[in-house]
Amino acid sequence: METTAGAQPAIPQIESLSQTRLAECYQCGKCTAGCPTAGQMDIPPTRLIRLLQLGDSDSALRANSIWQCVSCQTCTTRCPKRVDCAAVMDALRQLAFERGTLSPDERRTVLFQKAFLDNIRRHGRLNEIELIAAFKGAVFLRDRSLPFLFRDAGLAPQLQKRRKLHLVGEQAKDRGVVARIFARTTPRSTHGGAQ
Amino acid sequence: MNLGYYPGCALHGSSNDYEQSLRACLAALGVTLAEIDDWICCGATSAHSLNHKLAIALPARNLALAHRQGLAEMFAPCPMCSMQLLRAGQAMAADKRLREEIADIVEAEVDGGPRVLNLIQVFQRIGLDKLKGAVRTPLQDLKPACYYGCLLVRPPTVVDFDDAEQPQSMEAIVTALGAKPVAWSYKTECCGAGMTMAKTETVLELSGRILANAVAHGANCLVVACPMCHVNLDMKQADAGAFLRTKFDLPVYYLSDMVGMALGLGAADMGIDRHFVVGGGN
Repeated sequence: METTAGAQPAIPQIESLSQTRLAECYQCGKCTAGCPTAGQMDIPPTRLIRLLQLGDSDSALRANSIWQCVSCQTCTTRCPKRVDCAAVMDALRQLAFERGTLSPDERRTVLFQKAFLDNIRRHGRLNEIELIAAFKGAVFLRDRSLPFLFRDAGLAPQLQKRRKLHLVGEQAKDRGVVARIFARTTPRSTHGGAQ
Repeated sequence: MNLGYYPGCALHGSSNDYEQSLRACLAALGVTLAEIDDWICCGATSAHSLNHKLAIALPARNLALAHRQGLAEMFAPCPMCSMQLLRAGQAMAADKRLREEIADIVEAEVDGGPRVLNLIQVFQRIGLDKLKGAVRTPLQDLKPACYYGCLLVRPPTVVDFDDAEQPQSMEAIVTALGAKPVAWSYKTECCGAGMTMAKTETVLELSGRILANAVAHGANCLVVACPMCHVNLDMKQADAGAFLRTKFDLPVYYLSDMVGMALGLGAADMGIDRHFVVGGGN
């Protein structure tokens, strides 16, 4: 397992971002037991925390499971040791994104999150149609999957009929401040790894 | 009652039926909403997944805008927004250096933001007795499964609302309206949340299980207080049924729809006619 050259050690960063002491976990397994997506995960939450306790952040950062987590907060809520497992998942996603150590199977989820943030950065408020177009386009450029590109196409007239489709999205008036907030909070080294 | 109002992107997008519903219902109850001037997106799952600082800054900007408008309380009907607003407020309250840094980032004074309320809390504030007294059409034929999902009640350290495992606040409200809520097992299980586009199968499986459990416990409708839950359980209901090789026909109401119906408002007044699942085999 190679580590991204020049990167800071991951584990202190994970503990700082998640405000959690990983050593607190005594491996009871409550987080995994209550996790709605543990059944699909390659490395479920309990084992992810154990890997981090053992210093193997590389395996944790490459796990599919960090992108399968739906941030439901059940693990955090039920942890008897106050390990904020959902925040550890966030920290792992952020570092995997910044360092480009993304699991290839889960790029689609990252492309969605990235398209969402790009959309907000430009408009201040979400433009749904543009988000869908940007996300579908980005996935198509990677996967060349026509079924995925056109899946949900039948939904547009259904939404239109229900007056739920807005061809012109809302925008914040002061988009300059939104752009500056993004610039001030986005590390320069982030290439997103999702290209 | 006058409340600050942070609609969030969903309610001004494809979940505009939720906004129509709560505006109609709250107007009938004499609540006026003061929308936050030039509010911006809270960043939602995408920000907290990819950029911790941004996930504090975006909600912080909105708290600051509300404060600038002199609003002591702000109603955020989307639980994702409301959790992010609460989280940002708490993180800044606990850390003076962070507060100063965020003030610079968002170009606004971030001390003393408003108290954030979810939809259930707004009805609690109005008062169950007042709601009961305003009922014109008791909902006696409805046996709702009250569905809380994740972020109304979790994590309790952030949202500090009701019981995280066995909440009862929505049941108390619909009971006051004359409905007979069912006891069921999936009221706080996740519907798949914002994965609707990126991981559709996850949403179909998780939402399908919720719908199946509600039906198994005798519910004839679901009640939600979240735009994302409504999308997954209503718009995606036919697909969730197909995914589980079954067929569901369970109307999904926003909590404000329930209150509005009991007050005698029409389905079209609240946008119920714009839901996907109409019920009754349609």
